Amino acid sequence: MSTFLLLRHREIPNLDQLDVYRQHGGFEAFQKAITTLQPKEVTDEVKASGLRGRGGAGFPTGMKWSFIDNNNWPHYVVANADESEPGTFKDREIMEGNPYQFLEGVMICAYAVQAQSAYIYLRGEFWQLAAELDKRIQALEAAGLLGDNILGTNFSLRLYTHLGAGAYICGEETALLESLEGKLGQPRLRPPFPPSYGLYGKPTIVNNVETLTNVPLIVARGAKWYKTMGTERSPGTKIFSLCGQVNKPGNYELPLGTTFRELIFTHGGGLKDGRKVKAIMPAGASSSIIVATEEALDTPMDYENTQKVGSVLGSASVIVIDDSVSMEWVINKTLHFFKHESCGKCTPCREGTYWMMHISDRISRGQANEEDLETLNDVALNIQGKCLCALGEFSTMAVVTGIERFKSDFELRLAQNANPESPETVLAAVD
Amino acid sequence: MAQLISLMIDDKPVKVPEGTLIVNAAKKVGIDIPVFCYHPKMEPVGMCRMCLVEIGRPQIDRETRKPVLDEQGNPVIQFGPKLETACTTPVSEGMVVMGMSDKVKKGRQDILEFLLTSHPLDCPICDKGGECPLQNLTMEHGPGVSRFLYDEKMHLAKHYPLGDLILLDRERCIQCGRCVRFQDEIVGEPVIGFEQRGRSLQIETFSDPGFDSYYSGNTTDICPVGALTTTDFRFGARPWELKPVASVCSQCPVGCNITYNIRREARAGGRYVIKRVLPRQHEEVNEIWICDKARFAGYQYAESPERLTRPMLRRNGELVESSWDEALQVVAERFKAATGGLVTYAGGRLSNEDLFNLKQLTEGLKGQAILKSSIGGGVLVAQMGVAKGTDLGKLGAGDAILVIASDLQEEAPIWWLRVKQAADRGATLIVVNPRQTRLDRFATHTLRYDYGSETATVLAMINALESKKTRLPDWLAKYRPNRFQTAAAKAFAGAKNGIILFGQEGMDLPRSQELALACANLLFLTDHLGSPNNGLIGVWESANTQGAWDMGFRPSTELKEMFSSARAVYVVAADPAGDDPSLADALEQSEFVVVQELFLTSTARLADVVLPVTAQPEREGTYTTGERRVQRFFPAIPAPGGVIPDYEIAARIGERSGLKMENRAASLVFAQLAARVSDYEGLSYRSLAETHEQWPIIGRDDLYYGGTAYENTQGLGVQLMPSSQKRKIFQVNWQEPPVRVSGKGLLGVPITRLYDRGATVTPSRSLASRVPGPFILVNETTAQKLDMHNDAPVQLMLAGSAYSAMLRVDTAVPESVVLVPRSLGIPLSELQPVDIRVAETTPA
Ligand SMILES: Cc1cc2nc3c(=O)[nH]c(=O)nc-3n(C[C@H](O)[C@H](O)[C@H](O)COP(=O)(O)O)c2cc1C
Ligand code: SF4
Ligand code: SF4
Ligand code: SF4
Ligand code: FES
Repeated sequence: MSTFLLLRHREIPNLDQLDVYRQHGGFEAFQKAITTLQPKEVTDEVKASGLRGRGGAGFPTGMKWSFIDNNNWPHYVVANADESEPGTFKDREIMEGNPYQFLEGVMICAYAVQAQSAYIYLRGEFWQLAAELDKRIQALEAAGLLGDNILGTNFSLRLYTHLGAGAYICGEETALLESLEGKLGQPRLRPPFPPSYGLYGKPTIVNNVETLTNVPLIVARGAKWYKTMGTERSPGTKIFSLCGQVNKPGNYELPLGTTFRELIFTHGGGLKDGRKVKAIMPAGASSSIIVATEEALDTPMDYENTQKVGSVLGSASVIVIDDSVSMEWVINKTLHFFKHESCGKCTPCREGTYWMMHISDRISRGQANEEDLETLNDVALNIQGKCLCALGEFSTMAVVTGIERFKSDFELRLAQNANPESPETVLAAVD
Repeated sequence: MAQLISLMIDDKPVKVPEGTLIVNAAKKVGIDIPVFCYHPKMEPVGMCRMCLVEIGRPQIDRETRKPVLDEQGNPVIQFGPKLETACTTPVSEGMVVMGMSDKVKKGRQDILEFLLTSHPLDCPICDKGGECPLQNLTMEHGPGVSRFLYDEKMHLAKHYPLGDLILLDRERCIQCGRCVRFQDEIVGEPVIGFEQRGRSLQIETFSDPGFDSYYSGNTTDICPVGALTTTDFRFGARPWELKPVASVCSQCPVGCNITYNIRREARAGGRYVIKRVLPRQHEEVNEIWICDKARFAGYQYAESPERLTRPMLRRNGELVESSWDEALQVVAERFKAATGGLVTYAGGRLSNEDLFNLKQLTEGLKGQAILKSSIGGGVLVAQMGVAKGTDLGKLGAGDAILVIASDLQEEAPIWWLRVKQAADRGATLIVVNPRQTRLDRFATHTLRYDYGSETATVLAMINALESKKTRLPDWLAKYRPNRFQTAAAKAFAGAKNGIILFGQEGMDLPRSQELALACANLLFLTDHLGSPNNGLIGVWESANTQGAWDMGFRPSTELKEMFSSARAVYVVAADPAGDDPSLADALEQSEFVVVQELFLTSTARLADVVLPVTAQPEREGTYTTGERRVQRFFPAIPAPGGVIPDYEIAARIGERSGLKMENRAASLVFAQLAARVSDYEGLSYRSLAETHEQWPIIGRDDLYYGGTAYENTQGLGVQLMPSSQKRKIFQVNWQEPPVRVSGKGLLGVPITRLYDRGATVTPSRSLASRVPGPFILVNETTAQKLDMHNDAPVQLMLAGSAYSAMLRVDTAVPESVVLVPRSLGIPLSELQPVDIRVAETTPA
């Protein structure tokens, strides 16, 4: 068996060419689905595989497809290629290196829910990638794999790419749909969820690029095969985007359940000489910060176990932070990000991110005291549980866990602020 | 009937229909859950997070699907870990809502603290201060101290003009989106919206001119802070200095209920002046909305320094001031002498009391009572109008509304809004007009016809009906329906309830009379008469045109002849000489002309006697709306010394002519009227002042629920019964429309624009920039044929005279048609051939 399910282009040269992809079994799953399987059978197979969404929430994919409202037509499929979480760069590699497998996944999903149009929503910065995808879509049309009555069946499908305008919130599925409709990218009230009320108010499946890229293999080789990888409740492989202070940052496709230690040291080449892992943010800027104890390093990275060390797997963008870094600096960075990206629709997030960033800036500038730190923590707690979408909640994760788990970093900074002449060195800030 | 759901809110048991939102369920039992973004007229969005409450639901056993019970046999209630928004969550059986728990109180405090971090707190100079939901809720639930550093506040534009009428203070905006949703959901004109994101999220206008909507003022009422202000009121007064006076808008036949806010002012010598106009809730008339004409033109004319305040008599060719006694004496003598030769020409701006007395006087002197109206059919509306109990707000799926020969938004903005919303609720909307209007977007059926063939269209629809109750006249057969007309006719016939509104587009008296009759026949044949939400509505040019019909005034096609041969002409609230120069000539020929007016109009200038009158906000009276609802208005401000209400002037002339007439009070005149005019039988000022509870409940302590619209405490009025509702058997007449040959060349067509140069509009300071000069509309092809371009100064040749105007190109105008707005200086009163020439000079 090959090492890769998703990053197969690393082994097979020119996999981004249609003929090469087809020589390696490409579009057989799609053909099998549309010529031999009922839509429901496809959904059932995906359900049985236990595949969980790779966009962050880990929602079971087959289950989502089965929620599509069959009393309301037409249906749409939307591939979420917004990939905006700081530290995440896996969807991009898939779409660049193994684009047809991703497109085949979109097409199978469209067949499973009987959608005749599918959209690929890419972050604005991916404009070159979008142009490449457009060419690939044309190639598929030319090959008769997209269009009307594909391969002589009743199934017709067209794919479209759409570029966002540079907003993190447009990765949130309902904000994405608003943006796709041409409106301001702000999340919708949920419920109703997209499978009943999605694009233009019609039932819609929104899935992450990586999620969809798993699908052709599941259909081709079966759910049972798929479940042989990963853990019982988190089957399959996952692309971990490893970054931060490691020697070999990059994408690593590994079975779910691989430990942090294996990712960082075996694959990621460890840290610079003399440096120790201090903290890990396993889900990009939205993570709770894990204290990198030995026990934590040995934790398997799957949806369940990450929670046990007080965080979430999210999109598995693992940011490694070494002992030269102050957590006070880290949360200041995340706060600048969230303040910049809050959509502003709901009060706690709009006002709270702005407020937190200002306090954090003051702490960084040496203009804050103990009370400010308390206020910062309190503001973060006040945001929690009150927002319209998850972004507001995300903005508080690093703050609350950073202060709780790395209090001394903050105290050191405050102490230095109180006495700027103090010879005591403060942890450097990395640039 | 929706199923009733039982739940507990703050230990109070509540029973409400399925689907009710928690905020509304609470409101019904007097519990106020604070809101900012929620508005009972709009879909919930859950943006502001102010309404967070704790919600518990009965725990359900997975096996049995029944509620789990505790030892006492009570259902076990499970509370979620998070607070939930009461404005987006519908009630469910057995739910327990806690709006007073510590967790909820803390939640409210947190949200307010967040909102205040970026709020300027300029309450002391803020227009909203004193009626501000943010201020009130902060007092009640807010944190008391600020932990936010003042220096870190974001500073934004404080006087950002969204348009000529509305200004935005970007610091005060709390991003609740009510204004945006109002324009989008309720009006369907999304001319404002959010731009940017995060703390930079702000309101912007996307139209040119800015905030281009006739409904813009309503956003200032529902804005929960002082972010949106009107140019006429901003920095004008503090809310607590203002007194509310109930009134009815005098600008169009909808009859929107309004409130004048008044206070004493030094600039008026310590007398009361009107500071602003706000909607007064009437769910069956205007809900809690009014149009910008009501808000900005509804009162400013009364303050005009041009008002007449002394009677004037013509002496040696000059109008000179006189005493009332002398003026009335002269008028009475001349009127008496004119016996049989008196023509009273009155406008629909007058109240029922005025019109009743004018009719008594005219009748007593054997004169003729003529109504100023370019559309007819008022008698038919009295017979076949919408029945008592009609509420456009109740029409929806299964019902049908047909709007014919009307640019409804320009003619009656709030009807347009209500018709549009009925279509939103699923009503079949049939729009029949020669050109596209703003209503077309919401129409189920759009029928076009050539100007002049509106009646033929309705007759064709009648021919398309399958079952016909009566034998139709033979001549009708020639009106063959096309498939669009057939489809529309069938949809109308099949509807549960059906209403027809006929309007002013391209109308003159004979045509509209024919049209009204055809519409009445269509209603009769489709059984849409005599019951609520069925019948005929005339989109009249004035607020009380229907009242004038009811009081016995009738329009005439022979005005010129009438005026020139009259021994005395009594012009009240009308300006025939200003409307049409040929009428001025006719008046010159009549022996004696009396004008009773607010201003020195063109007609007044050539009159023998001019009598100054009280303005509507200075007096009381009643109007009858196009839906035949009789409504009262009350005196808001003192009249300038020297003026007298119209009904009283008429009565005093009558007395001096030997007639017995009521002059003491409007209420007493109304009592006489109710005794003599059969449809008004049994009405009194008291019955018109009755109210009942309306939903949504607004205007109490919780301003935040409906905004600054006023609760209606002074009367909802009474809707009259049309004859069709009183009698079962009904007779309809048929009249074959005469054949009119239209000439070649350009056809001039009169249309109506909301912002015209009417006597009460021109003095409005606020609307000045929106009221255009004379202009005409043609399409590109016509313009090309004429070799003229958009915005070209032209001369319109009409019956031998030239009128300066700007030519505007509008794609919706049919070819070879020239649309001429009424009351903008060009006296086109019927379909008529016109010619266009290059102007020698630019019109002023
Ligand atoms: C603030 C925010 C940003 C998100 N950004 C992304 C993203 O960039 N890409 C993505 O696939 N999902 C993103 N998501 C998750 C999506 O809302 C959604 O859950 C996902 O696309 C579903 O696909 P999946 O089931 O395949 O994971 C984001 C969610 C939130 C709340
Ligand atoms: S939580 Fe933030 S991003 Fe999400 S809706 Fe609220 S303001 Fe927008
Ligand atoms: S909007 Fe309300 S709280 Fe804000 S300044 Fe005005 S009165 Fe004060
Ligand atoms: S201007 Fe007023 S109504 Fe509009 S979003 Fe701001 S606060 Fe809300
Ligand atoms: S979120 Fe409920 S009132 Fe704003």
